[in-house]
Amino acid sequence: MSVDTDTVHRVAHLSRIALKEGEAERMTSELNAILGFVEQLSEVDVEGVEPMTSVRPMAMRLRDDEVTDGGKADDIVKNAPATEDHFFLVPKVVE
Amino acid sequence: MTDLTELTLAEARDGLAGKEFTSSEITNAYLGAIDAANSALNAYVAIGHDKARTMAKASDEKLAKGQGGPLEGVPLGIKDLFATEGDHTQACSRILDDFHPPYESTVTANLWADGAVMLGKLNMDEFAMGSSNETSGYGPVKNPWRAEGATTDLVPGGSSGGSATAVAAGLCVAATATDTGGSIRQPAAFTGTVGIKPTYGRCSRWGVVAFASSLDQAGPVTRTVQDAAIMLKSMASLDLKDSTSADVPVPDFEAAVERGVKGLTIGIPKEYRMDGMSDEIESLWQDGIAMMKDAGAEIRDISLPHTKYALPAYYIVAPAEASSNLARYDGVRYGLRETGKDITDMYEKSRAAGFGDEVKRRIMIGTYVLSAGYYDAYYLRAQKVRTLIKRDFETAFDEGVDAILTPATPSAAFPIGDNERHVDPVAMYLNDIFTVTVNMAGLPGIAVPAGLNAQKLPLGLQLIGKPFDEETLFAAGRVIEKAAGRFTPERWW
Repeated sequence: MSVDTDTVHRVAHLSRIALKEGEAERMTSELNAILGFVEQLSEVDVEGVEPMTSVRPMAMRLRDDEVTDGGKADDIVKNAPATEDHFFLVPKVVE
Repeated sequence: MTDLTELTLAEARDGLAGKEFTSSEITNAYLGAIDAANSALNAYVAIGHDKARTMAKASDEKLAKGQGGPLEGVPLGIKDLFATEGDHTQACSRILDDFHPPYESTVTANLWADGAVMLGKLNMDEFAMGSSNETSGYGPVKNPWRAEGATTDLVPGGSSGGSATAVAAGLCVAATATDTGGSIRQPAAFTGTVGIKPTYGRCSRWGVVAFASSLDQAGPVTRTVQDAAIMLKSMASLDLKDSTSADVPVPDFEAAVERGVKGLTIGIPKEYRMDGMSDEIESLWQDGIAMMKDAGAEIRDISLPHTKYALPAYYIVAPAEASSNLARYDGVRYGLRETGKDITDMYEKSRAAGFGDEVKRRIMIGTYVLSAGYYDAYYLRAQKVRTLIKRDFETAFDEGVDAILTPATPSAAFPIGDNERHVDPVAMYLNDIFTVTVNMAGLPGIAVPAGLNAQKLPLGLQLIGKPFDEETLFAAGRVIEKAAGRFTPERWW
């Protein structure tokens, strides 16, 4: 499978990455080189093989449903580029 | 007194405990070495003079009373991927500009609890995506090794290039590193240092900036096998904050180092003899086989038939996981933010400005292979291939193989700005051809320096072990180290 420039624009938008003028063309050939490389997986017989979901068989550890952490609003907003009263500020999303 | 920056971790630890020198002395010796070398080598992206001296002073007070932990007073370098409270922690990406975590990673917290001193944060490929340290937002790291008689700057490998250079050039006693497809073992091989990627789950991933969560593992880069054993003992722990952290005891790895390989069976996988493999790598591998035989191991030819599919499967699984892990960098909660006409425009511009080209490439590949209609063809198939790769190893171990010996890399260190590897991303990816299988199967792997090539550049061998059997890797790695000796670069910087 290979991608065209339109697909690269679509994937860039899904990835929330703005592309500069001419970048999509370069990306198209780079992504096609990678997709061409991974294409060889199609020759592997995976009939009846389970996908690997964990490195070793283990049950997910569950902890008691109780509050173990919190009260850190200052810490949480500390690194944000724009905040007000413990809220993150973003451009207007509703009129 | 010998130069304190030449001591191994074991020697530094013993010298500190024996009051031959203080932590302040060795810490200042390292800070001086870093200040003198960093403009040439670019190994550190942040140097914490004050914090290091404060930590050293606290260690000296404990050592004076005959107290302290297993690493008391030992100065370490920390890869920029590990969150350290209040410090530079950016995974060497511009998208995390000015981020200072209000928390500490479990691995570094374990090291400080054991008494270690932090010198600073080490350069790396951006978000650990790279094999040459050239994708860093802070510029490339230089390898302290150069070809004999040459002045060409070489890469230290990646992604843990800063860790490998700092250890090889005497800019820290030992360093933390991480390995998703070879990022500890390949730089170790390129710099004549020892690097171990432990079994998945051995070290907590909590507070380590995530790249590909089912593959990422922390481990050390050190000057000797014994040092790696000491570091791993302190780094490893069960951590309830990481649901994949393994609930298995952490053995005294150091006690296994001199155990030898007598009576062990070492597997030699025929699929690692790649087409076009260079003579120097082939002959290094033969040397390694001879070292194992001489030490009393039985050598057995084995087959790992799905080896060639590990790298292509990796380049589906790792970007897919990266694309979802890196979705959090949106210009809202931390890091860089560009102004946009609406929220989507702000996201797209911030991410375009903050991520480098390799990171963008991988996010886009990951987004594509996970997008509607392609999931089964790519991601699901790659995860099935991963099962087959893991099964190959299980079969070999079930048939009595104790560890597997392979080359660590297909070549020695290459020049910074190497054209072929920059035009074709796949040519760069081939660096990880021998190491990536180990991450795909979750196994432990160690790279140990085993010789120099014709240009007098270091080459490494890799040993692959059973799950949670790092002890055998330390024992076998020590056999190579004893036979091959240690390798130190000649100072030019």
